[in-house]
Amino acid sequence: MNLDPIINYILIPLVKIGILFGILSLVIAYLTLLERKVIAFMQVRLGPMRVGYHGLLQPIADGVKLMLKEDIVPARADRLVFMLAPIITLIPAFIVFSVIPFGASSTIPIPAFTVPGLGWTYSGSMTGLFITDLNIGVLYVLSISSIGILGIILGGWASNSKYPLLGALRSAAQMVSYEVALGFSIMGVLMIAGSLSLVEIVNAQKNAGAWYVFLQPLGFILFFICGVAETNRAPFDLPEAETELVAGFHTEYSGFRFSLFFLAEYAAMIVVASMAVTLFWGGWLRPFPNVAFLSFLDYVPSPLWFALKVAVFLYFYLWFRASWPRYRYDQLMKVGWQWLMPLAIANVIVTAGVMLLLRG
Amino acid sequence: MSTNETLFDASEITISMGPQHPSTHGVLQVKLKLDGERVDDAECVIGYLHRGVEKLGENQTWGQWVPTLDRMDYIAAVSNCLGYCETVEKLMGVTAPPRAQYIRTIMTELNRISSHLLWLGTHALDIGAMTVFLYAFREREEILKIFENYCGARLTTHMFRIGGTQYELYEGFQDEVKTFIKGFPQKVEEYETLLTENRIWIGRTRGVGVISAKDAIAIGLTGPSLRGSGVAWDLRKAKPYAAYSDFEFDIPVGEHGDTYDRYMVRMEEMRQSCRIVGQAIDKIPDGPLMAKITKIIKPPVGDIYHSIEAPKGELGYYLVSDGATQAYRARVRPPSFVNLQALRQMVIGSMVADVVAVIGTLDIVLGEIDR
Repeated sequence: MNLDPIINYILIPLVKIGILFGILSLVIAYLTLLERKVIAFMQVRLGPMRVGYHGLLQPIADGVKLMLKEDIVPARADRLVFMLAPIITLIPAFIVFSVIPFGASSTIPIPAFTVPGLGWTYSGSMTGLFITDLNIGVLYVLSISSIGILGIILGGWASNSKYPLLGALRSAAQMVSYEVALGFSIMGVLMIAGSLSLVEIVNAQKNAGAWYVFLQPLGFILFFICGVAETNRAPFDLPEAETELVAGFHTEYSGFRFSLFFLAEYAAMIVVASMAVTLFWGGWLRPFPNVAFLSFLDYVPSPLWFALKVAVFLYFYLWFRASWPRYRYDQLMKVGWQWLMPLAIANVIVTAGVMLLLRG
Repeated sequence: MSTNETLFDASEITISMGPQHPSTHGVLQVKLKLDGERVDDAECVIGYLHRGVEKLGENQTWGQWVPTLDRMDYIAAVSNCLGYCETVEKLMGVTAPPRAQYIRTIMTELNRISSHLLWLGTHALDIGAMTVFLYAFREREEILKIFENYCGARLTTHMFRIGGTQYELYEGFQDEVKTFIKGFPQKVEEYETLLTENRIWIGRTRGVGVISAKDAIAIGLTGPSLRGSGVAWDLRKAKPYAAYSDFEFDIPVGEHGDTYDRYMVRMEEMRQSCRIVGQAIDKIPDGPLMAKITKIIKPPVGDIYHSIEAPKGELGYYLVSDGATQAYRARVRPPSFVNLQALRQMVIGSMVADVVAVIGTLDIVLGEIDR
């Protein structure tokens, strides 16, 4: 029996998903600690210090605490939707990672083997550091990640409470405003790369010899601003503006369901950071991928380059949160529609014009 | 309910902001009528922190009431204490000795800085800038340490007595205060780098909670909330008390009467307070701390109103004495209570997010409103 299809299409993806899920959960957990520590140091304090050495076990303590808390459902809430909403938010945030390339393709060789007694054979393969390379990867990321906000709207609505409802309404408006500009901002990259596959886009950056941030600086800035807004982080954290709406859409949530919303938020942060890195900062590529003189940098494994770049963006997220006040609802709309949208469209037009000139 | 009113309007929701809400600065309840995000009407419900302070004043002796007053505006306890002690002294016809006057002035100004720092931190936090809060508390801590060294308490200090002050200055007091006022103006600069020219901050405060000078006077606003509208009214200059007539300082005023101007006024006031303390600290006269008063205080029959410029506005005391050991009637005019009346006018037509900005800019303390 030929084992190729079973191993290539079932076993390898399952193993990858398992590993990715484990790593991601850990990264998210420690991102919360990193956030508390980084912001604490910006604010002349220490942050968590009690659990473990310098609070290193704090995320685990938090997780255990949240699991053990009572899961309260408000009396008049729509029970089913209320319980589903955090899951609807969480799942898209995780499955988006299935198309993001963390490292170069064809890096892990899997040797051929035969199982003697049974006559099972496997002809071996090369697999990359991503779960799948979808030819419409960018569209997949955009569409799936917008489902996540559905959970926020449903959660706010199902709580049958006024503050969550206001939070959910804000979130809906924010999604509509920023999703469009986000889509336009990456159009330039797609035009230059000529592909919707994230792996192809990174390879195109390698061939071009430059990260696309140098060809699309405006596109990158717009993408990152919209990305921050998409993930409801400061200064665009209106849906959960704690000083106005108590806690926004998750006011009525407690215990584990509350933590699911938080996991989703941090996962979404990592998604946006990964997308920014993949589309604009050369994904897993080392700096100056075509300069032979710097080839010693290749000794650093490609996933590390990727992780390093993602970490920089996550740091920006935290930096924003510590530095800036929060936008008001109408100002948020104004920024989205009056600044980001026209700029993004102009970016697309200018890119198209320049490409037309250069390629004839 | 009249027949014209509809029972339920689908386009309007009523939310109750408070008394348990992160940014109502205590137990204030604001009933907001919202059309989407726009505020159609706002009604303040107060009284959740009512402790009968005035009634207590009529049942405690003149001296015993002082520590109770610290619990009114608990972040500017020194001002409360000063206002009351001066009122009773005025009623009795005594004045505190110069040394006590200087100590009172220095402490009250330091307290003004600490009160403004708390305002700055919470106001910025309400608008979403969380780092300012911790920076402001870092400097506030220095002032509270000075208070603690002086009288043992940090917040509800009970610092002065009727007739003067109880405690002699501790050794090293002048050096500590000098170190503080030397470094503090740079810290104010630091807060300003985070906020003053920040586009989001300007967007959130410019044109928000506007009140004209005419309306402000009509409502009875006092303190920085009034000065933000361009009225240079400060009791420290208008009717000098304690040792204020000895010092030079400016009264910062705003122009537009919006949240941003009130922010700028308070920032400048902190610098001016620093200036006053700087002038006073080297000139503290020698002499007794207490005026010659009887052990049992029995002011002559009569009534009196005296007010001082507390960090939040005019803090006035109206006391009626029938010659007994306690007041016949004690009445407090707290600045926050009067300033809060402007809230409705300031928020109607604005957004939900502006309500917290306006509550912040009015700088209210519920302990003082409910008493």
